[in-house]
Amino acid sequence: MIEALEVARTYELDGVSVPALKKVSLTIDDNDYVAIIGPSGSGKSTLMHLLGALDRPTSGKLLINGKDIAMLSAPEMAHLRNETIGFVFQAFHLLPRTSALDNVALPLVYRGLGARERRRRALSTLERVGLGHRVNHRPNQLSGGEQQRVAIARALVTEPTVLLADEPTGNLDSATGQAVLELLEQLNSESGVALVMVTHDRDIASRARRQITMRDGEIVP
Amino acid sequence: MRLAEAWRVAMSALVANRMRSLLTMLGMVIGVGAVVILVALGTGTKNMVEAQVEGLGSNLLIVVPGQVNFQAAPAVSRMDNQDLDAMIKVVGDRQRITATLTSGETVRAGNESTFTTVNGVMESTPKVFLRGLRTGTYLSRTDVDTGRRVAVLGSFVAQRLFGERDAVGQQITIAGVRFRVIGVFAPLGQSLGVDRDNEVHIPITTAQRLFGTGRVDAFAVKAPDRETIDRLGDQLLGELRRRHPDTEFSAVTQEQILGVLGNILGILTTVLAAIAGISLLVGGVGVSNIMLVSVRERTKEIGLRKAVGARPRDIGLQFLLEAVLLTTVGGIGGIVLGVTAALLTAALSPVPAAITWWSMVLAFGVSAGVGIIFGVVPAQRAGRLDPVVALRTD
Repeated sequence: MIEALEVARTYELDGVSVPALKKVSLTIDDNDYVAIIGPSGSGKSTLMHLLGALDRPTSGKLLINGKDIAMLSAPEMAHLRNETIGFVFQAFHLLPRTSALDNVALPLVYRGLGARERRRRALSTLERVGLGHRVNHRPNQLSGGEQQRVAIARALVTEPTVLLADEPTGNLDSATGQAVLELLEQLNSESGVALVMVTHDRDIASRARRQITMRDGEIVP
Repeated sequence: MRLAEAWRVAMSALVANRMRSLLTMLGMVIGVGAVVILVALGTGTKNMVEAQVEGLGSNLLIVVPGQVNFQAAPAVSRMDNQDLDAMIKVVGDRQRITATLTSGETVRAGNESTFTTVNGVMESTPKVFLRGLRTGTYLSRTDVDTGRRVAVLGSFVAQRLFGERDAVGQQITIAGVRFRVIGVFAPLGQSLGVDRDNEVHIPITTAQRLFGTGRVDAFAVKAPDRETIDRLGDQLLGELRRRHPDTEFSAVTQEQILGVLGNILGILTTVLAAIAGISLLVGGVGVSNIMLVSVRERTKEIGLRKAVGARPRDIGLQFLLEAVLLTTVGGIGGIVLGVTAALLTAALSPVPAAITWWSMVLAFGVSAGVGIIFGVVPAQRAGRLDPVVALRTD
């Protein structure tokens, strides 16, 4: 599914090279459940951006669905993200003043689907995350947990092969966070979508099938 | 992403920021409105002037001494009645030529008096220029040949001297000499700044005796058709130059007058439109500015859209369409404003307005163009945003 081979990412800041990720190799399989854990600044977000085809590695080889990221143009990467990846962010990143339904349907707009089909798929996905009764609510009319469910529906609506969740419970109280986590796990076990979760919480990480611990831009063995 | 979808997205973004969108559009409304109203007034004025020149009659040729241009002062005429006879011979038809001798005189009737233009003319004048009478008759050939003291009054003069009474048959004095009124012109209005109702026509022979001169100021000839105007003009000038070898003469056609006036008014309209265009430019810069702010403000939205599969050009298109929507909706508002203002001006003031479809099409095209030109930079900036950076922005 996703194969990273000695992948490194270096940022140029005022002429100084700052290595954020140093030669990381890992594989994410179909239906995998991986937690990436580590303190802030350890490079886990950088790794997450690379795995999600939001960024290209400075060196090394990164294959997503068999495609070499380094060889893809920006539009091709956008297409790959749309087809393969579902993102769930800590801050939800829902469009304000836009209904839950339209937020969920957004990725389908860029897939070129018609309005009717988008609506149909967005509705059924919202029902899957338990929000079938709040489709016309806007983000500011929803609780934090509900907002994150909308975001999860948005990530799922394209039927991706991998869900990348960056601190998905970071902005939620523990009970709500627990529920969101259970939803993600349920989707992972029921629909076969791989789940990669970035967290700094050991308890949450311990629930994953595999744990990858990072420190100073490297995977700790 | 489909274009229709992009329009929908752009529209909803503008509606979401109503106040800001309206204020940005206002710049375009004012800019386009200014262009539309100034072009309408300029074109209206031009049309009016052209209509007035054409209203003098058709296929007209005016022969005057000296050169005709806007720098030269009018030359004193050295033409006389022998020249008039020679001109009649060249034209070949006395009905197609008239001569004038003009002077400003005080005209009295009873206790009323007015200062007006007294034109010594021939009986053919109403046939050369288009003029109709309200009452009475015009000068006859016998009046001209025998130098009778008869006068035809412009409607304004008749009104000043006699009020609502019929002037025909009444006595007036011109420069102290008694005349009998035989006719009153139908009202004609202004022509090139001259009030054509404020004049008196008397036989040219009478005028020459009255003013103590044998002079003829100018000839006016009505050519049989458009094609013969230039040839006739050359013939008339040739004859005059033969008779007065050391004097210059000019023959001016309506087309030449129209050409000169049309040029001046055309330049005036263009200059006015260009000045108004500056406000359009300012409006465009305003759109650009707002779009840049909008891109910065919506960095997170751009990052999210990219994360879920928007290509750079999808984002660019969205912002470009927003800019074009702002300017075209503003432009339509400007057209409505400009047309309304032009019609109001025409209705409430003597300045005429002509609404032309091409000026509206042009205004709309320019607004869309402004949107594209001033939307490109913000759109490119939005399209090129790095999604990683965009998502991280707080």
